[in-house]
Amino acid sequence: MSTPDTTPEITSSGRMIRTLALVTTVCGALIVAAWQLSLPAIEANKKLVLERGVKSLIPNASDIVEYDADSSGIRRAHGDPAANAVRFYAAYDNKGQLQAIAAEGAARGYADVVRVLYGYRPSCECIFGIKVVQMRETPGIGDKVITDANFVANFNELDVRLSDDMKTLANAVRTVKHGSKRYGWDIDAIAGATITSKAVGRGINDSVQKLLPLLVPHLKELEQGAAQ
Amino acid sequence: MSIELRTAPHLHVGRDVPTIMRHVVYALLPICAFSIWQYGLSAIALIVTVTLSCLAAERIANRLSGTVNTLSDWSATITGLLLALTLPPAFPLWMGAVAGFSAVWLGKSLFGGLGHNPFNPALVGRAFVQAAFPTAITTWAPAFAAQRFTEFIPSTLTLPFMVPNDISAWVAAATVDGFTGATPLARWKFEHFVYPVEDMITGAAGASSGETSALLLLLCGLYLIVRKFMDWRIPVAVIGSAMVMAWAFQLYDAEAFPPMHLALLSGGLMLGALFMATDMATSPVTPKAIWIYGALIGVLTIIIRYFGGLTEGVMYAILIGNAAAPLLDKYLQPKVFGAKPK
Amino acid sequence: MTTNTKQPTNMEQFLEGIWKQNPVFVMVLGMCPTLAVTVSAFNALGMGVATTFVLVFSCALISLLRKQIPKEVRIATYIVIIATFVTLVDYIIQAVSLALYDALGAFIQLIVVNCIILGRAEAHAAKNPPLSASLNALGMGIGFTIGLLALGSVREILGAGKLFDISLFGANFQPWVVMVLPPGGFFVLGGWLLFFAWLAKRKEARHGK
Repeated sequence: MSTPDTTPEITSSGRMIRTLALVTTVCGALIVAAWQLSLPAIEANKKLVLERGVKSLIPNASDIVEYDADSSGIRRAHGDPAANAVRFYAAYDNKGQLQAIAAEGAARGYADVVRVLYGYRPSCECIFGIKVVQMRETPGIGDKVITDANFVANFNELDVRLSDDMKTLANAVRTVKHGSKRYGWDIDAIAGATITSKAVGRGINDSVQKLLPLLVPHLKELEQGAAQ
Repeated sequence: MSIELRTAPHLHVGRDVPTIMRHVVYALLPICAFSIWQYGLSAIALIVTVTLSCLAAERIANRLSGTVNTLSDWSATITGLLLALTLPPAFPLWMGAVAGFSAVWLGKSLFGGLGHNPFNPALVGRAFVQAAFPTAITTWAPAFAAQRFTEFIPSTLTLPFMVPNDISAWVAAATVDGFTGATPLARWKFEHFVYPVEDMITGAAGASSGETSALLLLLCGLYLIVRKFMDWRIPVAVIGSAMVMAWAFQLYDAEAFPPMHLALLSGGLMLGALFMATDMATSPVTPKAIWIYGALIGVLTIIIRYFGGLTEGVMYAILIGNAAAPLLDKYLQPKVFGAKPK
Repeated sequence: MTTNTKQPTNMEQFLEGIWKQNPVFVMVLGMCPTLAVTVSAFNALGMGVATTFVLVFSCALISLLRKQIPKEVRIATYIVIIATFVTLVDYIIQAVSLALYDALGAFIQLIVVNCIILGRAEAHAAKNPPLSASLNALGMGIGFTIGLLALGSVREILGAGKLFDISLFGANFQPWVVMVLPPGGFFVLGGWLLFFAWLAKRKEARHGK
């Protein structure tokens, strides 16, 4: 081809370092520029997806505020949540009244992680709806967690009361065998799609167990939150 | 049929592949007849469609690869019959045809035809439609429905590529007491319901077309064993190991695990052990390997049934056994007489 | 690469990747994204375009710098350059469509290790001027996209009864679930490879006569 290497010479390390430095500088500049340019669009996209999800759960939400909760309290979210913080979304109607809280739970299903967004209403201390954000379960089997009316009905009023010491749930949310739901905190699994049903239940339970003890003591602040 | 490695003199027993295969077909015919008596027109249509599509697939594969016509060795016919017997009686015919073509093409032709296939073609076909149409393949119709000889089960005549027609009205009109649309294994798994033994011997339980009557399957298998067309060690190893496993689990916890008769008589264990695990091209030939192969299938069947997401495990157990067969043969060669151990 | 004394024209360089050296069907390279993301035609197209973008720009840049890059550190340099463009693509896809970003998942970042790109950089871009290198990379990218689309459309048609999310057979179509599961990728890829092998054999037989 055009530049055959006929003389195998040893390149000086200075030249190698110079070349690598040049290439990495150019590449670094390119990446920074791309990040700067795409950031607003990415943020807007994420916001849009989030709002669409939350609004499908809480139709009269007009203002959605992202919060992080950790052991020191709750605060408005900036960037990615810290390791020990739990992200949640407070939904306010157009009069600034707190409507409900939404948060995300995730657990491993049959094929991949199942991510669900759930709505929590403080007045009934219950979950009143879920929306599957992402999953790759077997079509026709695993995706019944979205389409099966009986399964979806589990989340019309799923009991997630805290115990008296406010540290855990009074009753952990659990997924039970199809047809054996007895309590308000049981999720009736879909026959034939037990693994996915359990993933949904586990994802919600893990998230609620972490979030509610941090969140419930600060509900008052949230109710005033929109005014701030 | 056992192939023992011997030195001369070789006596020809007058048996070749088509003869053996023909006798397997004879042994399958009573099972088909019983299936037709149970499920009527739909069973006839399913058996005919699946078998014809297997034959068509074989013929097309012969044409494309430019090899001789292999229809007359009966192996495609057996694949078709066996495949039809493992499908639910209400299975739409077009899906049956898909199963037939994938059985012969994916399971046999691509590997070079009869004798070169590592997996049992009928099971490859079933595995394909199990993965492709998981709902249709677990939709069961009741046996001995009153109108079975006058009309088809509605889902049988589904238009190609369309969702199967709803059969609930037909099932309701069939007036079969206690039919729940689930197999004995599924009813155990989800409801802890123990099917009566006599129902599973006479074929009154919901199941695939050809797996309902354990007794008939045993008789037909026995014919092949007596005529020495089949290696008795394989079904004995499969059923025996499944029995031991089921017994052990029952001993460990009688509440959590189903009774032994359910494990033995329900599902495709008999059909698989007698007619599929014994497929000569896909089972090992050395004596030790045969025993281990059979035991592997029996043990896997029970493990998949009890701990897997599926209710039935015979199909995958046999396919895994098929995959292990060459390895077993390789490491379990019998000692040659007079040879010194290395 | 051919060792012909005759220099291939730019057009030949461009066409090479589309047919004669098609990365999916002839060279069987980049199988990881080929099998993983082709559950739908849209995902396949997205992946194909993303890979083409990385391929063209990194090959162009490598070709520009080919005389400056010392051969001892060339692989490191290529990887840095390729990784840069993959990062750009990652941001661009997030900005364009989060749905596509979620569907492609880790396979966007994994474009870095797609052997088609490193292979092109080493085999072609490092030895040819920028125009020819970019054209060749573009051809390869288009060939890869065609390969992905061939898999993606078959899998989407059988697996969902749709093409580019447009329903083809009405609501009553029975999806072949296996086609959108991983085994479906292998079946369809095998089918296409069989088809192309058959074409090649037939062509050979004709030339023989």
